[in-house]
Amino acid sequence: MEILNAVIQGLLIGGLYALFAAGLSLMFGVMRIVNLAHGDLAVVAAFLALALVSGTGLPLWLVVLVTVPMFALLGYLTQRVLLQRSLSSGPLATLLVTFGLSIVLQNVLLEAFSADTRTLDGGSFATGSFRLNAAVSIGYLSLATFLLAVLVLIGIQLFLSRTGLGRMLRASADDRETAGLVGGNPRHIYGIATAIAFATVAIAGLMFAMRSSFDPSIGPSRLIFAFEAVVIGGLGSLWGTLLGGVVLGVTQSLGAQIDPALTLLAGHLVFLAVLAFRPQGLIPGRTA
Amino acid sequence: MAPLLHLENITKSFGRVTVAKDMTLSVAPGEALGIVGPNGAGKSSLFAMISGDLRPDRGTIRFDGRDITGAAPHARTRAGIGRTYQVPRPFEHLTVFENVLVCGHQGARLKGRAAWQRTMEVLDRTGLAPLANTPAGRLGLLQRKRLEVARAMGTGPRLVLLDEVAGGLTEPEVLELVTVVRQLHTEGLGIVWIEHVVHALVKTVGRMVCLAGGDVVADGDPVEVLADPKVRELYLGAGPEAGAGTAAEVLQ
Repeated sequence: MEILNAVIQGLLIGGLYALFAAGLSLMFGVMRIVNLAHGDLAVVAAFLALALVSGTGLPLWLVVLVTVPMFALLGYLTQRVLLQRSLSSGPLATLLVTFGLSIVLQNVLLEAFSADTRTLDGGSFATGSFRLNAAVSIGYLSLATFLLAVLVLIGIQLFLSRTGLGRMLRASADDRETAGLVGGNPRHIYGIATAIAFATVAIAGLMFAMRSSFDPSIGPSRLIFAFEAVVIGGLGSLWGTLLGGVVLGVTQSLGAQIDPALTLLAGHLVFLAVLAFRPQGLIPGRTA
Repeated sequence: MAPLLHLENITKSFGRVTVAKDMTLSVAPGEALGIVGPNGAGKSSLFAMISGDLRPDRGTIRFDGRDITGAAPHARTRAGIGRTYQVPRPFEHLTVFENVLVCGHQGARLKGRAAWQRTMEVLDRTGLAPLANTPAGRLGLLQRKRLEVARAMGTGPRLVLLDEVAGGLTEPEVLELVTVVRQLHTEGLGIVWIEHVVHALVKTVGRMVCLAGGDVVADGDPVEVLADPKVRELYLGAGPEAGAGTAAEVLQ
């Protein structure tokens, strides 16, 4: 029974990992940008929400509704102002720029909020749970996070397959230069891709901040989970990303059953195993 | 009539290699112009400069009276310049329908139903309608070449640049493509067509230009251009190249 509980808890947290990973995967798929600041952006979203809640006294759900679109806008601007310039100089330049961004964000947060550990108070919703049976209890927040992750992934999938801009994003992922020659403005398309990535990472950061404590330095560890979920699932496939997140979550959760110290190591080992034996991932996807 | 496309004193070189040497060239609205010339004559670079992949070192490019010398590729497409690639570059993970649809959305700025209708129309005319839902990555060469033409049409162009769309095709396939291109021309589209399969060109274009060393060496009626001693020498001097044989055949 404990095993079942571990699997279910792992599955639920896998949704959160997938949410972290979706934006990373999208930015790589469309622009070949590996965004090393991805995890830090999630932390920025958490601190921003914290500041808004304590500064304005608005309810958390409203703050979430404000933060996510703000991040989308921020993403669009970041692409147009910061990343676009480095794109023409090759992949190394974008790596360096996002690495620099990561450091800057961490230090700005440290300066503004100190190194104290914080939590985002989600009230009874964040702590409440219901019992499935004697051994398995499911937290409302965990379940909501998982469902939200699935909804966001379905949303992105629909956007990519059904809308004109979404098709253009996929076209750009296939062939950047030709995408310009059929009339697509690459800067705008990349801006949209980054906006979606930022919005999803903001959602992930907020959900994460409600369930765990956070401080300015935890971004990179979130980035690792996102990376692992993307690689395990298969690059460029959104459903692969969800599966990757779930596999990572379940592995960590099962590892914790054996010994709590094994939690992260178990996840890393599965990641390494996939890299070694199935480098294309579990569901090798099309690009974006 | 004011030219649709006008290149004036275009110069472009890569180090010591000059692909355009003070070249001046005009295309009238609705005109079909064929371009021939030995390999390295600067034909593909010319297209790259018109479509915006390359910037000339000197000179100006005007389209419909507007200076587009420094315009981004997507802006030129939206202005009405469509192009195909010598080696087809479809969006492999998109279906044939989607490949043309994005051109309608992005290039022709069509929305909703209008974009879908245009896409169906283009697919019908290029004979790709039965393959509409096939991922473009699975197409064979003829279909890929057709898709290149279909995408160029999908952007709602007034001028289409065709880069060796007949190359690598069998004789009946070439004839099919020629039919499609001629039909476009009769509808008033301007066409600039680079082609080594010279007989396909002669069937379609009203004017021919021969390029060599980045400049125009002959310009006029296709049969006269091909009979020009300078052009013959270029082709015969170019060695056992595809164009040489076909040019000679046409002249006989």
